[in-house]
Amino acid sequence: MSEREIISVRAVPSHLGRRRLVNTIMLTITGALAVAAVIPLVWIVAHVAAEGARFISPTFFTDVPKPVGIEGGGIGNAIVGSAIVVGIACLIAVPVGIAAAIYSHDNATRPLGIVIRFSTDVLSGIPSIIMGIFAYAVVVVPQGHFSALSGGFALAVIMLPIVLRTTEEMLNLVPRSLREGALALGAPRWRTSLRVLLPAAMSGVVTGIMLGISRVAGEAAPMIFTAFGNPFYAADVTQPMATLPHTIFVYAISPYKDLHDKAWTTALVLIVLVLGLNLAARLFTRWRLKKMGWK
Amino acid sequence: MQSPRPSGLKSLGSTTGRFRRWWNHGDLPFRAAIALAGILVLVIVLAIGRELWAHSILPREKFGLAFLTTSTWDPVRQQFGALPFIIGTIETSVLALIMAIPAGIGVAIFLAELAPDWLRAPLGTLIELLAAVPSVVFGLWGLFVFIPDVVKPLGNTLHSAFSFVPLFDGPVYGPSRLAASMILAIMILPTITAVTRDVFLALPRTQSEAAFALGATRWEMIARVLVPQSLSGILGAVILGLGRALGETIAVTMVIGNNPDLSASLLHPGYTMASLIANEFSEATNETYVQALIEIGLVLFVITLLLNMIARLLVWRVARRFTGGTA
Repeated sequence: MSEREIISVRAVPSHLGRRRLVNTIMLTITGALAVAAVIPLVWIVAHVAAEGARFISPTFFTDVPKPVGIEGGGIGNAIVGSAIVVGIACLIAVPVGIAAAIYSHDNATRPLGIVIRFSTDVLSGIPSIIMGIFAYAVVVVPQGHFSALSGGFALAVIMLPIVLRTTEEMLNLVPRSLREGALALGAPRWRTSLRVLLPAAMSGVVTGIMLGISRVAGEAAPMIFTAFGNPFYAADVTQPMATLPHTIFVYAISPYKDLHDKAWTTALVLIVLVLGLNLAARLFTRWRLKKMGWK
Repeated sequence: MQSPRPSGLKSLGSTTGRFRRWWNHGDLPFRAAIALAGILVLVIVLAIGRELWAHSILPREKFGLAFLTTSTWDPVRQQFGALPFIIGTIETSVLALIMAIPAGIGVAIFLAELAPDWLRAPLGTLIELLAAVPSVVFGLWGLFVFIPDVVKPLGNTLHSAFSFVPLFDGPVYGPSRLAASMILAIMILPTITAVTRDVFLALPRTQSEAAFALGATRWEMIARVLVPQSLSGILGAVILGLGRALGETIAVTMVIGNNPDLSASLLHPGYTMASLIANEFSEATNETYVQALIEIGLVLFVITLLLNMIARLLVWRVARRFTGGTA
């Protein structure tokens, strides 16, 4: 629509036509940007799916890597390794995160509560590679070698603020009357927190854990200093262990086409896991909130 | 309720009685446990700083502040200067911001003000999912798809059109600062968009309704009321995005070319602090070398810590001013 057209059709002062034109143009640009912002996600997912699907097979999930050039070989060790390392992270981050969230929620307006919430936000902004160095200094150096334990520790530190924040957000949504009712019935505070508030906020806890796992399962940077990698199945958590993201990184920067292909297939496994978990967490929260009628 | 003891009321005032009641109910140990967990979060932040400081003592004593201002990185001769990596990090992050800020604000405006209700949630979810794609997958895609399909042709075009500008000096490399900046821009776009959208939605509607009542078009309302009102919140979003860009490691390592090239050209390979640590840490053979890399981590930690504190304060201030609550 040209400026002239607007003026003649609507018979309004010309500056209004110009303003309307600017309005239309700018609003169209924001709409176009919104469409453009979705393109990278679609492109990445589509490409990973297309490239990765070419080499996927049942043995890919169970075999250990074979030397370059030899047919077959898989990422069974990395799948098990990722599960173990992420499992260690959950064992540390989930209880601490939930407990800290209850404290932060109970003391939201007190100085220590504010300091803790601020620390949580700051912690979530520290680059994951720094967490890798931290775990290296605290676990790997005293231990003397790389280990799954140190990897789990690094991921736990990354996961902690995620679990804490989502749990606390959901605790904030629990109606006050529920807590007051429990206290009025004579329940001690700890019972109120653990048996009334926490179950009511359980969807937040579950969402937090799912989002946390989806975040840390894809972290390759801290693994360089901690779990490192291992071409075989390993169950000893004091020893180095392969993980999916670290495997992708090592394969992708190698000079072999064979390993590049495996990197794509591994990326497909990882992205299905990570995005699936992330999406499930969001849908679950939305469904829960709607069901409870809190939002 | 019947009191078990007739003196119950009296002992309510005495300290030992109150303590016993507290302890008996289990509140004290419970509170102590959750307070410990809460304080642990603060302790972790402090401990990260302490460990990085303690494990970088050798290069700090040997080079002092020259570590930050010299540009020789020679592990064989034990000379460590971090300047090229600091510049590389800032350069790629700022360039990423220049690309991501207008796009992020535009998308946030669309999501907060224009999108029809049925589109708002799915579109928001899709953009937030982009933030969930693992860094290493971004790197893989960047290395084998984005660089050959987008960055290299774009670099060739820029070079042939503006070869007289030092920023676009040839020869044109695929893995380059431009590639790293573009990948970073995509990676921080969801952060900037989501925070800015939340700031927009937290604003009270009275001002924008007043603007409409005065005859403003929708765009005039956005440009003259909504955005100016949200400036400090948008600044917070931008700083959060910057923090993420500065610390981003694996994707950048895979697409930047990892070469401390000192030319000004964006089309040449570069190196960032994070990618240097990722590349050389497992090869670092002696203590000073390892500690020099950890000192780079320390610099990165201090920068991202300060940026995050500023950003959080800004975003909190906006949230508190308009909702009276916390965000």
